[in-house]
Amino acid sequence: MNELRDILSQGAQMSLVLGLAPLLTGFVRKVKARLLRRRGPPLLQPYRDLIRLMRKDVVLADTASWLFRVIPYLIFAGTWVAASLVPTFGNGLLFSWTADLIAITALLGSARFFQALAGMDVGTAFGGIGSSREVMIASLAEPAMLITAFSVAMIAGSTQLPTVAEFMGSDAVGLRVSLGMAFVALTIVALAENARIPVDNPATHLELTMVHEAMVLEYSGRHLALIDLSSQLKLLLYVSLIACVFLPWGTATADASVARLALGALVYLGKLTVLGFLLAVFETAIAKMRVFRIPEFLGAALMLALLATLLRFVSGSL
Amino acid sequence: MIAVALWSVAALLALAPAGIVLSTRPRGSIILYGGCLIATSTLCVTALSGLLFFPHLAPSATLPIGLPWLGAHFRLDALSAFFLVVVNLGGTAASLFALGYFRHEDSPGRVLPFYPAYLAAMNVVVLANDAFSFLVAWEFMSLTSWAMVVSHHREAENVRAGYIYLLMASFGTLALLLAFGLLASGAGYDFDAIRASHPSAALSGVVVILVLLGAGSKAGLVPLHAWLPLAHPAAPSHVSALMSGVMTKVAVYGFVRIVFDLVPEPVWWWSMMVLLVGGPTATLGVLYALMQRDIKRVLAYSTIENIGIIFTGLGLALAFKAEGLDWVAALAFTAAMLHVFNHALFKSLLFFGAGAVLGATGERDMEKLGGLIHRMPKTAFAMLVGCVAISALPPFNGFVSEWLTFQAILLSPQLPSWGLKLVIPAVGGLLALAAAFAAACFVKLYGISFLGRPRSDVAASAHETDRFSLTAMFALAAFCLIAGILPGLFIDALAPVSKDMVGNIMPHQVGLQWLTIVPIAESRSSYNGLLVFLFAALCGTTAATAIHRLASDRLRRAPAWDCGYPDADPAIQYSASSFSQPIRRVFGSVIFGAREIGEMPPPSSPLPARLQVELHDLIWDGLYAPIAKAIGFATDRINILQFFSIRRYLTLVFVALVVLLLVVAL
Repeated sequence: MNELRDILSQGAQMSLVLGLAPLLTGFVRKVKARLLRRRGPPLLQPYRDLIRLMRKDVVLADTASWLFRVIPYLIFAGTWVAASLVPTFGNGLLFSWTADLIAITALLGSARFFQALAGMDVGTAFGGIGSSREVMIASLAEPAMLITAFSVAMIAGSTQLPTVAEFMGSDAVGLRVSLGMAFVALTIVALAENARIPVDNPATHLELTMVHEAMVLEYSGRHLALIDLSSQLKLLLYVSLIACVFLPWGTATADASVARLALGALVYLGKLTVLGFLLAVFETAIAKMRVFRIPEFLGAALMLALLATLLRFVSGSL
Repeated sequence: MIAVALWSVAALLALAPAGIVLSTRPRGSIILYGGCLIATSTLCVTALSGLLFFPHLAPSATLPIGLPWLGAHFRLDALSAFFLVVVNLGGTAASLFALGYFRHEDSPGRVLPFYPAYLAAMNVVVLANDAFSFLVAWEFMSLTSWAMVVSHHREAENVRAGYIYLLMASFGTLALLLAFGLLASGAGYDFDAIRASHPSAALSGVVVILVLLGAGSKAGLVPLHAWLPLAHPAAPSHVSALMSGVMTKVAVYGFVRIVFDLVPEPVWWWSMMVLLVGGPTATLGVLYALMQRDIKRVLAYSTIENIGIIFTGLGLALAFKAEGLDWVAALAFTAAMLHVFNHALFKSLLFFGAGAVLGATGERDMEKLGGLIHRMPKTAFAMLVGCVAISALPPFNGFVSEWLTFQAILLSPQLPSWGLKLVIPAVGGLLALAAAFAAACFVKLYGISFLGRPRSDVAASAHETDRFSLTAMFALAAFCLIAGILPGLFIDALAPVSKDMVGNIMPHQVGLQWLTIVPIAESRSSYNGLLVFLFAALCGTTAATAIHRLASDRLRRAPAWDCGYPDADPAIQYSASSFSQPIRRVFGSVIFGAREIGEMPPPSSPLPARLQVELHDLIWDGLYAPIAKAIGFATDRINILQFFSIRRYLTLVFVALVVLLLVVAL
């Protein structure tokens, strides 16, 4: 009985993240549009885009290799697995011990590795520009993410996300400077990893400002749909991660009843709404940075994360 | 067991002179590499069975060679057995690869006699149980590999590489010689006697510094790395694979053997030195790798990075051992040993791939490659596995060892000493940076050489490599995946090594639910490569089937879109230098003193605009160049002694005699 519930809970989690991801993107777009006093596309537009793209033919460049056709599935698989391991509404994930926070970061790293390769496969100038800038951004964002994970893990005494979430929800946490720093660092990393303003512009089609869009320029049809879906999943993953580590209240515990799980799901939706709204406000309020400003921005995240870790080494209570 | 091992080594040694004869025969290379293949695989199986079934037996043997009153002592304990597996797995793969690759070697006589001798020397270093045999084998290993580094002696660059290598190797041996001299002062050269003696803490500290210099220069620790990126790429590719994948591990063995085994209980500041060298080595090594455009040089610099990761693990193990936390020391030590094994696998694989590319195109310069995935699909696939594995990405093996190292770092707030508390987070940050740079570096290596469009005619007309080479590459690629998804097996196999060296073992892994690995406790951290792999495979195939069935599976070929500016010229693609330009701009100005000089001709001039990039190796400029200059200055001054007349020589001798007598008398 218990195992059945666990499997169902894990399955529900996997389909939930997959189903919600386009909605979150649609919501952020809608709020951004409203803030700019535009009406904006309907909330469900991302779903329609995905379905339309999946039905279209793939137009493949003559110079593309087999790897180019496989990569969308690899990216999607890596991102989906990572996203389904972050606790959303409940902590009782059956396979949560499969990978901890470090492994989730590395899984996203695998997805990015292949994405950058895809940018270089066709042999165009824009693909190269995108990949080259993406690895530059990643070379700072990934360590910042890892060190943030270190600081959080050292406070909670575990790198397993359910344990971390449980610890953060308990009274043992208290108010800590290092957690504040880790929160800012993780937010900056999340902005960079999801190609949001001020690091990249998800809506740009001006060639020289693109990073993510330049890498996927040659993709079309179902391949593009999968890559878009993966980016949406990644956004959801980071929002869930911030919610799970820094706003752990209301998450259902491992042995919760069905009603408690439903409540957890509602609270989770609330958190997504709030964080998505904040993201839209932030993006509207700030301008995009020049490419070579990004390292300074991400360097700040790296230093904050390192400082948070160092504080933990210096004193157990900071 | 040790008899089998020694006989196999003897067979390898016997093959060396045979190589001189065989090099003139048309099928000689096949016979020689076949012989090496048999000998190394025998050694590998012997050592593996020793490690798995009789880890605490430690058979030893004494042969009546070497110093007359000492003899040559050999011993096969768990540590030796593990490193024998690493050496001979690499040796087997390299010999198999060479069975196909030898066709690209135009003067086999310069490689064949040295290759089996080199393999034998590495085996003897690992087996030796007295300082004399160890040092003789160590020096023999350096000399034979030097001979193969200068095998293409007509290229000036290779001769320079050989010269610097020889100097650094002598320096390393000198440091080790002094270290053993200090250790043997109270005991004698036999390792068993050294183990039984108890040198003072100060003496041991000096020994550790000397070993760090000696073994570190062989392994390529910054700042003693200068020779490595010159020498490793200069050798033929299968030898490069052995030098990078295996010989650096023999150096790690030397370090572990002396510091963890021969010297008594460690003190915390030893670990501080190792960590302070290991962390920067990892980051600097991979940053250098990112700036290169020669495919084999990228791989050589990335070896430096991985050595840094291994030494960081060893430093952590020393720290925890010194502070009495031996269960964490076991974790850090196992992580380091696992990375030794993993790096031997994927670095050999990558050098084989580079060798296959070199054989097919004659090019090592990435700027002249491109699009090889179309012309050499099988090599490209194996290379892709190697690139993902070395970038420490799941589900491959590189990730597991880095993950374990990170887990050890996360336990370090328990250390009492303040120095370590401040250094370890910084080292953790450096390792995290190194992991990210490694991914960038191998995106570049693979993307520029294998993807895109060919940048030269040789790349456009390349052909798939031969079957032996492919077998060697695919076998290693399979090992990379197996070690990545079933790491528990490998961790358990390392338990006796860790027991001998740090006095404790990691929890038993095989038998845990779903073959998960749990370094400390399940609530703390766990990782399951198998399930990650299966999950990802399942998600990917489900998505593919569902979309192809339900939505669309049609596909059209068309010219590339490229924002509407497609250009038929492959030169518009990003090149290796332009790919790393953003990272060079962010980090390079400080670390490499990088400068970009743009020459823009006036508007009416027909001259092309030029952009020149200047990179400096600050360690070379700041450390090696002044030493070389000082030696040059001193020798110039002493040089006048050569041109005296006989009278003045006699006067000189007389004065010297008087001075000496005075010194003796007083």
